[in-house]
Amino acid sequence: MNTGWWSDLRYLMRRYPLGVGGAVIMTVFVLAAMFASVVAPLDPFSTNARASLAPPGSKYLMGADMMGRDVLSRLIHGARISLAVALGATALGSGFGAALGLASGYIGGWFDLIVQRLAEIMQSLPLLVMALVITASLGPSLGNTIIAIAIPLIPNVARVIRSNVLSLRELPFVEAAKATGMSEWRVAIVHVLPNTLAPLIVLATAQLGSTILTEASLSFLGLGVPEPYPSWGRMLSESAAEYVRTAPWLVIFPGLAISLVVFGSNLLGDALRDALDPRQRD
Amino acid sequence: MLSYLIRRLLLMVFTLFGVSIAIFLLLRIVPGNIADILFDSAGMIDPAEKQKIVSDLGLDLSLPVQYAHWIGGLLHGDLGYSYVSEKPVLDEILPRIPITGRLAALALLFAVCTGVPLGVISAVQQNTWLDYALRLFSLSGLSMPSFWLGLLILMAFVHYFGTIPIYDRAPATFWAWVAMLGVPAAAVGFRSSALIMRLTRSSMLEVLRQDYVRTARSKGLSEAGVTFDHALRNAMLPVITVIGVETAFLFGGLIVTETVFNIPGVARFLVEAIRWRDYPMVQNLVMFIAFVVVTVNLIVDILYMFVDPRIRYGQ
Repeated sequence: MNTGWWSDLRYLMRRYPLGVGGAVIMTVFVLAAMFASVVAPLDPFSTNARASLAPPGSKYLMGADMMGRDVLSRLIHGARISLAVALGATALGSGFGAALGLASGYIGGWFDLIVQRLAEIMQSLPLLVMALVITASLGPSLGNTIIAIAIPLIPNVARVIRSNVLSLRELPFVEAAKATGMSEWRVAIVHVLPNTLAPLIVLATAQLGSTILTEASLSFLGLGVPEPYPSWGRMLSESAAEYVRTAPWLVIFPGLAISLVVFGSNLLGDALRDALDPRQRD
Repeated sequence: MLSYLIRRLLLMVFTLFGVSIAIFLLLRIVPGNIADILFDSAGMIDPAEKQKIVSDLGLDLSLPVQYAHWIGGLLHGDLGYSYVSEKPVLDEILPRIPITGRLAALALLFAVCTGVPLGVISAVQQNTWLDYALRLFSLSGLSMPSFWLGLLILMAFVHYFGTIPIYDRAPATFWAWVAMLGVPAAAVGFRSSALIMRLTRSSMLEVLRQDYVRTARSKGLSEAGVTFDHALRNAMLPVITVIGVETAFLFGGLIVTETVFNIPGVARFLVEAIRWRDYPMVQNLVMFIAFVVVTVNLIVDILYMFVDPRIRYGQ
């Protein structure tokens, strides 16, 4: 049992070294986020006027910000916010998108037509523009940021799942299920839905990175997650242009954290696509 | 062809109509308008004066009437007045469009000029260290927030020149122009470049396996001839798609990059308008963005037909 698990892992590492690397990066960030209060060397909220803009050193490994707060500790706690927003938005958007795509592909007819037109309308606005307008309308809060990033994801997921459902619907096993007298809805949920899981997982992982980037952009523009949450994008907006001259560590480290976690999710997403859904390979 | 075009144009009008309703309602879901903001921030609590502002701006009319006013004006080229500057919206938006347009064009140019050749090199050298290095490079391009890349570039400017490029309507020298528009364009375009590179690589690899490429090789054509005449031309199709898709993504990058480099274009202006709840400005800017995206998509679909004669629409 134990050896089987190990040999599986060794096989994965040989076959998808980059994907395993991505998974490791993601795991490190998720663990850091989960155990933030244990891992973080200092209190991310405690201010210290004497340490204002302290450069990286032995006490403040990645320096301190304007208010003398430890950058490293804020980054570790910020991982909670950034990952919570990314996972929440991806789950919400993919869930709604998948339900809509399944219904649209399965029911067809006028319902499908309406969903398609709505998707087209939503896709005529860039992701960030739509997220900006939605946050502007709902007001800045953690929950609203998640909603604002999730909604623009829906049409894309709905379209991919719909086209999957359209081809699945014609397959013999679905017809066989219908022939046994199963109701349409049971066939849809018990037989069709599980078969769309692979493309859904691939799509969701691919979108994880873009949700993190969108959250960062929103917070950078001051319209994302509000204070006192130390989101990574927020840390950059507080420090942006003026600290480029005076305190570069305030710019370098949060950006590095964002890039690294998105890099990890991209590596993982590519490997999952190769493994689960070879047809989507671009 | 003609009937296809007409159908597409009708769909375009329908989509834009949908966008207009969506944005109009979205901006009015939550209570709180410009009058509230002005009064909250100024601390004035004279209800009569507030009421006057509300009725001057037409905020007390019913939603369908407000919508009809807006769309009616829009169709006549009258976009209303900005709540904040009190100037006509058109006068505020129009001068900013060329600035963003130039930046976007330069960014796309940069993306294509770097992405396509690097993608070809990566495909031809498949599974060598060069290929791996290029793939890692493009993946990191897709992982970096473009505003952070912009900030890093500013940091390099501070380090090497002791100053950062400041936007100037009429730059004095060529180098000033490069620093002012070229550098931000590269910062925005890097992401698109990485995407184009990935796509060029994978579609090149696909095409290089085809029979006609083997035929071209076996009849003695040089490797360069095969790569450029036969393979690259056929690998361009998905690249054109991605350029179409990227135009929408690019706008997101432009918003943050114009903010970082302090460029007074339309993209950054949208964020300012949103902060001020300047409804007429936000509505019209969003309509403008949607119009650009839909038009680019149409142009890309038409381009397809010229690049790939097998594609015929509407039959």
